Amino acid sequence: MTERAQGGLERPPAGGQAGAAGVPAAGAFDAVDYGPVPSEPAPPPRGAFLGQPSDHPSVQALVAGFGDAVVGHRVSAGDQHVVWIDPAKNLEILGWLRDDPEHRYDMMSDVTGVDYGGGRPVEVVYQMFSTVHKRALRVRCRLSLEALEIASVVSLWQCANWLEREVYDLFGVTFTGHPDLRRILMPYDYEEGHPLRKDFPLRGRFSRAEQTRRALNQRVERFYRPQDLAHEGMLPQEVAAVGPGTRGKGQGGER
Amino acid sequence: MSRTTLEFAVGRNPEMGPDGLPARSPLAPFDLPEPDFGTEHMLINIGPQHPATHGVLRLVCELDGETVKSVMPDIGYLHSSFEKLGEYRTWNQIVTLTDRMDYLAPLIYNCAYVMSVEKLMGIEVTERCTVVRVILMELDRIFSHLLWLGTTAIDVGAFTPFLYAFQERERIYRLHESLTGARITTSATRIGGMMADLPEGWIEGLEDFLDTFPNTLAEIDSLLTTNQIHIGRTQGVGAISAADAINYGFTGANLRAAGVDYDVRKDRPYYDYETYEFAVPVGEHGDCYDRYLCRMEEMRQTVSILRQAIARLPDGPINVEDPNISLPSKTDCMSDMESMIHHFKLIMEGIPAPEGDCYMAVEGSKGELGMYVVAEEGGTKPVRWRIRPPSFVNLSVIPKLAEGHLVSDLIMINASLDIVLGEIDR
Repeated sequence: MTERAQGGLERPPAGGQAGAAGVPAAGAFDAVDYGPVPSEPAPPPRGAFLGQPSDHPSVQALVAGFGDAVVGHRVSAGDQHVVWIDPAKNLEILGWLRDDPEHRYDMMSDVTGVDYGGGRPVEVVYQMFSTVHKRALRVRCRLSLEALEIASVVSLWQCANWLEREVYDLFGVTFTGHPDLRRILMPYDYEEGHPLRKDFPLRGRFSRAEQTRRALNQRVERFYRPQDLAHEGMLPQEVAAVGPGTRGKGQGGER
Repeated sequence: MSRTTLEFAVGRNPEMGPDGLPARSPLAPFDLPEPDFGTEHMLINIGPQHPATHGVLRLVCELDGETVKSVMPDIGYLHSSFEKLGEYRTWNQIVTLTDRMDYLAPLIYNCAYVMSVEKLMGIEVTERCTVVRVILMELDRIFSHLLWLGTTAIDVGAFTPFLYAFQERERIYRLHESLTGARITTSATRIGGMMADLPEGWIEGLEDFLDTFPNTLAEIDSLLTTNQIHIGRTQGVGAISAADAINYGFTGANLRAAGVDYDVRKDRPYYDYETYEFAVPVGEHGDCYDRYLCRMEEMRQTVSILRQAIARLPDGPINVEDPNISLPSKTDCMSDMESMIHHFKLIMEGIPAPEGDCYMAVEGSKGELGMYVVAEEGGTKPVRWRIRPPSFVNLSVIPKLAEGHLVSDLIMINASLDIVLGEIDR
């Protein structure tokens, strides 16, 4: 890291000779080709950004009401309040935030994950907004890599259904109690892992040749999942099986 | 704040429930329950290559006769892993990824992304840049709504509005092209400003568009709003109540059609939207027809916002005057060694960000478009770049909306949600 990069926001005044000095940082040219580099542990948050819980009524109430279950708080990007909570109590705390008349975070804007890499915990992030009080709050839960599991909030917000499926698909976080936890963006039977994890290489785990080979050997009927529609009286429809002889021709080197 | 509830002199279909509850489809002719013939349900597959799915979307439907019992959307055919790619690019390089997601409103995505990064870094853009971005975002709102209007009209059998809408879109394409050199992949914004200032005569071109566009809109309006076929296909179809709409994550015109008064421009204002005079159209039934009305009214309001923005467009620099953020001018680069080095370092190293995370929501054409960026101290690339895709969440409601309707209504419901698959799959 160069000196300038460490300077963060403290930039020299306009018109200076900035950028004329310094050595290019290692890895400055690895726009695409390099694999993921596990980053160093994050330094403690800068003092200027640490806010007071009293600035946000919901944060204040959370600290007062749940005590130890609220494990951290900071103000990010100027005015955005972030609260870290105990993942074991996420359903209780988020349910309280949704239902308490003083807070009423009835809109779950987003559920997503963050992986910092380097063995650090994967975080699940909830972006909440109250259409009643016009307030936003971000709640984050740290999950250690050994226990990537958290309770699903689909029972509170239906919109979390697909959002949690996406976090499961791309980060490998298991949401207990989710009604339909399947992959959503990647194929159902994707075997290479969870793409947004930092240890997942940009081009995938399998070589291009291996990916092509697997794609050509797919059986079409596996994309029909009649068991997902397990209603009574409905017979699963068998799709005419396409023999491996016709699908696997690519192996012979025709392509 | 001024809000309007939409009321049109159009009679509601008597089969429509009074509080917007899903009613029987107006096309289902009989009130009698169908006799049970002991038949089996059928599983059919709509898409992924089907014009009515508006993209590479696959809907697996379980049908009882012609009635939809359940729908399973299957997405991911366009997955390009933009969020992963973003982790390998510097802040400015990501801009080119953003317009490939929602190719129907690329400038909104360009602007939303840089706004979130600027907020994270604490950069205040210039006043001119603010107004220019408002103009571009509102222009692309019309751009996107026009495509929705044309394709939705085609889905109910009206071909003419499609031609009218695309003629108007072509004029916006030309404005895109004269501004950025590209028609769809605009990549017009940069951290701390724009790729370039507005070219000479661009505002006049925009004014020319604004002068005639309302006439076209009125013409389309007269073709659809009181059209009996259109009303029959849309009223009472795919209705959702206000509380459900919030709980299921609807945003944008879909949410407002259900009677919820939520617009990011009013409720979480950015770029001085609170100083613009415009009304937020709010429906009451939450069905396809109200979604149509809301979007039509939104386009009229957008024309008014655009006029106000043009009137207040100030002179001055478009990029922030900070050498750590903005590139030096091309003339300087070609004549001055220091500027050349400066340019090189900014391009190759990027802009360092402070540690933290930032979620920035804007009112996109499809709903609340959120950009969430996470950075480490001094990081010139994001640790995580997340797009909160409005159409992704809107589409996830389709199993609830379509249940009990006919297959033809499913097509209409899907069209009325205004989805774009490039953004859903990312």
